[in-house]
Amino acid sequence: MGLLTFNIGGIHPPENKLSAGMAIKNIEIPKQVVIPMNQNLGAPSQPIVKRGDMVKVGQLIAEAKGFIAAKIHSPVSGKVFKIEPRIDSTGFRKESIIINVEGDEWAEGIDSSDTLIKDITLDAFQITEKIKECGIVGLGGATFPSHVKYIVPEGKNPEYLIINAVECEPYLTSDHQLMMEKGEEIIVGIRIMMKALGAKKTIIGIENNKTDAIAHLSKLAEQDSNIEVKALKVQYPQGGEKQLIDALLGRQIQSGKLPLTVGCVVNNVGTTFAIYEAIQKNKPLFERIVTVTGYPVQNPSNYRVRIGIPIANLLQEANCDMDATGKVINGGPMMGKSIPSIDASVTKGTSGVLAIRNEESKRHEVKNCIRCGKCTTVCPMGLEPHLLSIIARMGENEKCEQELIMDCIECGSCVYTCPSSRPLLDNIRLGKSNVSFMIRQRSVK
Amino acid sequence: MKLLTVSGSPHIHGGLSVEKVMWLVVAAMAPAMLASFYFFGMGAIKVTLAAVLSAVLFEYLITKFIMKQKSQLGDGSAVITGILLAFNVPSTLPIWMIVLGSLMAIGVAKMSFGGLGKNPFNPAIVGRVFLLISFPVQMTSYPIIEKVFPMQDAISGATPLGIVKEGLKKGDSVSSLMDQIPSFTDMFLGMNGGSMGEVSAFLLLLGGLFLIFKKIITWHIPVSFLASILIFSGIFWLINPEVYVNPLFHLVTGGVMLGAFFMATDMVTSPMTGKGQLIFGAGIGILTIIIRVWGAYPEGVSFAILLMNAVVPHLNNAFKPKRFGKEMKNV
Amino acid sequence: MDGSVLNAILVMSSIGVGAAIILFFVAQKFKVIEDPKIDLVDEALPGANCGGCGYAGCRAFAEGMVKAETMDGFFCPVGGNDLMKSLAPLLGVEAVEKKPQIAVLRCNGSIKNSIPKFDYDGDSTCSFTTNLSAGVGGCQYGCLGGGECVDACDFDAMYMDPETNLPVVKINCVACNACVEACPRDILELRDRGPKEKRIFVSCINEEKGPLAKANCTVACIGCKACVKACKFDAIDFDNFLAYIKYDVCTLCRKCVEVCPTDAIHELNFKPRKPKADKPKVAKPKVEKSAADKPKEEKEESKTEEKVADNKEKSEKTASDVKVESTNNDKN
Ligand code: SF4
Ligand code: SF4
Repeated sequence: MGLLTFNIGGIHPPENKLSAGMAIKNIEIPKQVVIPMNQNLGAPSQPIVKRGDMVKVGQLIAEAKGFIAAKIHSPVSGKVFKIEPRIDSTGFRKESIIINVEGDEWAEGIDSSDTLIKDITLDAFQITEKIKECGIVGLGGATFPSHVKYIVPEGKNPEYLIINAVECEPYLTSDHQLMMEKGEEIIVGIRIMMKALGAKKTIIGIENNKTDAIAHLSKLAEQDSNIEVKALKVQYPQGGEKQLIDALLGRQIQSGKLPLTVGCVVNNVGTTFAIYEAIQKNKPLFERIVTVTGYPVQNPSNYRVRIGIPIANLLQEANCDMDATGKVINGGPMMGKSIPSIDASVTKGTSGVLAIRNEESKRHEVKNCIRCGKCTTVCPMGLEPHLLSIIARMGENEKCEQELIMDCIECGSCVYTCPSSRPLLDNIRLGKSNVSFMIRQRSVK
Repeated sequence: MKLLTVSGSPHIHGGLSVEKVMWLVVAAMAPAMLASFYFFGMGAIKVTLAAVLSAVLFEYLITKFIMKQKSQLGDGSAVITGILLAFNVPSTLPIWMIVLGSLMAIGVAKMSFGGLGKNPFNPAIVGRVFLLISFPVQMTSYPIIEKVFPMQDAISGATPLGIVKEGLKKGDSVSSLMDQIPSFTDMFLGMNGGSMGEVSAFLLLLGGLFLIFKKIITWHIPVSFLASILIFSGIFWLINPEVYVNPLFHLVTGGVMLGAFFMATDMVTSPMTGKGQLIFGAGIGILTIIIRVWGAYPEGVSFAILLMNAVVPHLNNAFKPKRFGKEMKNV
Repeated sequence: MDGSVLNAILVMSSIGVGAAIILFFVAQKFKVIEDPKIDLVDEALPGANCGGCGYAGCRAFAEGMVKAETMDGFFCPVGGNDLMKSLAPLLGVEAVEKKPQIAVLRCNGSIKNSIPKFDYDGDSTCSFTTNLSAGVGGCQYGCLGGGECVDACDFDAMYMDPETNLPVVKINCVACNACVEACPRDILELRDRGPKEKRIFVSCINEEKGPLAKANCTVACIGCKACVKACKFDAIDFDNFLAYIKYDVCTLCRKCVEVCPTDAIHELNFKPRKPKADKPKVAKPKVEKSAADKPKEEKEESKTEEKVADNKEKSEKTASDVKVESTNNDKN
């Protein structure tokens, strides 16, 4: 039997999991951390501390503004030095809280020990509230505020909870290592989430290149009859929410719909672990596992990193040869963002820091489209990137919408494959922003 | 400090390039090309060289002096056009004609539309059809292969397809005509008078399979093309085997193999999606048989491909890829 | 010639005649009665179809104006006042005068002034890069250098200067507004041409605080308000650490240009100043002495933003500038 996989398109980039099997190490806290206020999808958070305030680890420092928003907690203890715009990983200056570190004093009520707590005492509503309190966002990279997923609208019942442990991005290994080291906690986290959702069944989807993690989690989940671990074919973008549901259940989410319409809620393993810590240990989200990798990096590893630590420190810790590095990416090579300055800090969405060699950091020369149709073949959403790219560039927004440009998950498979190295996704992103603007205008009218 | 590079994702590339695609195609054509040298001798080498060199030269001159762009010669597409054009003419063709043909192919059919990727018709076929219409005599007198002394310059004569066509017109029965032409196996392996590239169906098939294996082309067009030829001519054959020729004959003669694997699959001028490609291939097959059976020319592959090229934009519009979530299985 | 050819000719011509008759009647039936004035106006218009008037093209503009029976609110920037005046008798109404305008680039973040902070590689259309990154110079307000405005210009009135990587508006600009709309960052603006093409404007739209703006670009408006104070005519608006000179109020006295510490205010087509007046550099150090917390400012900057410090070093040549920056921040 072939392994499960999604039905349309897909590519096989080289895996390059350089840091696989490297134990998670802590990273030293620097003298000063910079915490940007826009760490999640949706509205940026609002600082509630002032210059000169003393804060402790885990103390709330910024409130959520709006429905799709998340709170931010201090990752360090010390004195608020300043609140001002600082360059973030996109190169824009964003409002940030800068804290001068003094000691490592944790706020009260946070259990910083490693003991496993299995009993779940909170009820569904309390769990959702707690997730919100702890500022948890999706740690797979999209940083969607997690509590929003658990507010299930009337009449919808999530049948399945799907744990996304695919990690289909090349290079990244943080989820893999987390599963190996914190498997039991993850299983407890799953039970918590099932309780919150009232889901009947959980499926953990893991790509088949992590056989050890599959075996490990299957063994841990033995007693739970409603938790199942499934191996998936190694194919990119297996970890796309829509692709994952298609692969595991054969259900395809319709254009523009949410996973809930097919009875699923999808969560990343990293998020599951964060939820475990939030509920059982009362620990807000202020640190995460980050893979620091790439060929210029001498010791590619997985680190537990407090948010706000400059990316430069991570690269230094892992011994990155900056002269050989032409590009630094926040995230994986397929969907991550290249950062203009390594002074930017780690945020909740930083799943990896990837250094790319000089010679690979530039794109190839763009040629005419030879109409080979390869982009269409690999597109996991069944779109026609070559066409979208052209019409987006011409500003034909209506046509873009008809051709389902908004379905594009920006996986980058098309650009990866194109023999002419056309900037397809660049143009599609432009089209997407134009079309979404058009749709917004329409709803205003 | 050194500046970091910033660009939109993705940050890695699969490494496939236009050059790679084109040179792989050239490599896939090489065996058949060598076979044609072997069977047709010096004439073939001269014609091929002239076609390739003139195609490259014309492309260079046009990009440099008319379009004033950076030359894209390195991508090898002009080489392919040259080889394909050479494949499509008899080895006895005067050199000046083939040069004219490649001017037509590169200048009119390719560069005037804006170069690689913009042309609606396969340049090599345009060149060939132009030559066929302008110089019908030279274009249809093919050297016959002497099995014993292949390197000698061959005597000219008709192709098996031509023989059958003429014979059928005169009212001869198929079985009597079959005796005048080589056996199917011979034809399949290359003992077959005709254009240079029509010579060895076997080697062309090999090259084509190599391209499919290398994922340069997909199976859709060749399979649907060959299948539709088989089925369509098979129907006629079943109706009356004395008037209509065996489908296998159609398959191994003329430019069918060349067309199926190298000309119809030309990326630029074929549809994008699998479904579109299936229709495209089937259309070429049917048109080929129609031209061969009822048309004025014994061979119809290039005309069929040219005609189907014209409908490619419509096929692209009509056959969209399977969208994600279109057929949702209800929960 | 045999009969068949003759036949063919006959058949063809009879079909032709038949079709012509049908077409004639159809045309009669569906004839749209249009105001003849529209044609007249349309003919007089330049026919550039640039859309600068706000209509889909010259014809649409003519239709709109004839139907509205007024010239108020209608203006063809290409033809300008002369054209509008000549159209007035056609319509039998008064022409509304408008001052001639020109597009002005309010950014001076050239490669020299705003040193590249990273290397951009990818699709370089402005509307894409504006979302992806702040811009190579690091300023999230400034020109991206992608030339979308130049592409939008139908009148060959713009070009990209390869030395600065900024667009340049040529004198033949017709103020059709195409570039203004094309720019995703709203850097271009239509301003009055001014008498003898004399113009004064703030060539910056950065709304960041002084040190931040200055860190990215040496010629940014740092919001020091020196120009606002210098202006006797109340012609300078000030908002979000950014000065804006109202061209309809400005008297072109050039007082503000002299006081701007970063030379962000540009004057165009003026006679060179008398050497005596050309001493703003002397005036600056004077202000500098009042700078109090300058060292502190610098420390902060250098700690976290190495590159910024780098740039500063480079621009240290004009030492006074750096100092003035902190001064002005003080004023804020
Ligand atoms: S980036 Fe968008 S268009 Fe390209 S392959 Fe992925 S989903 Fe398809
Ligand atoms: S993969 Fe590239 S060359 Fe091929 S059709 Fe798509 S855009 Fe064109």
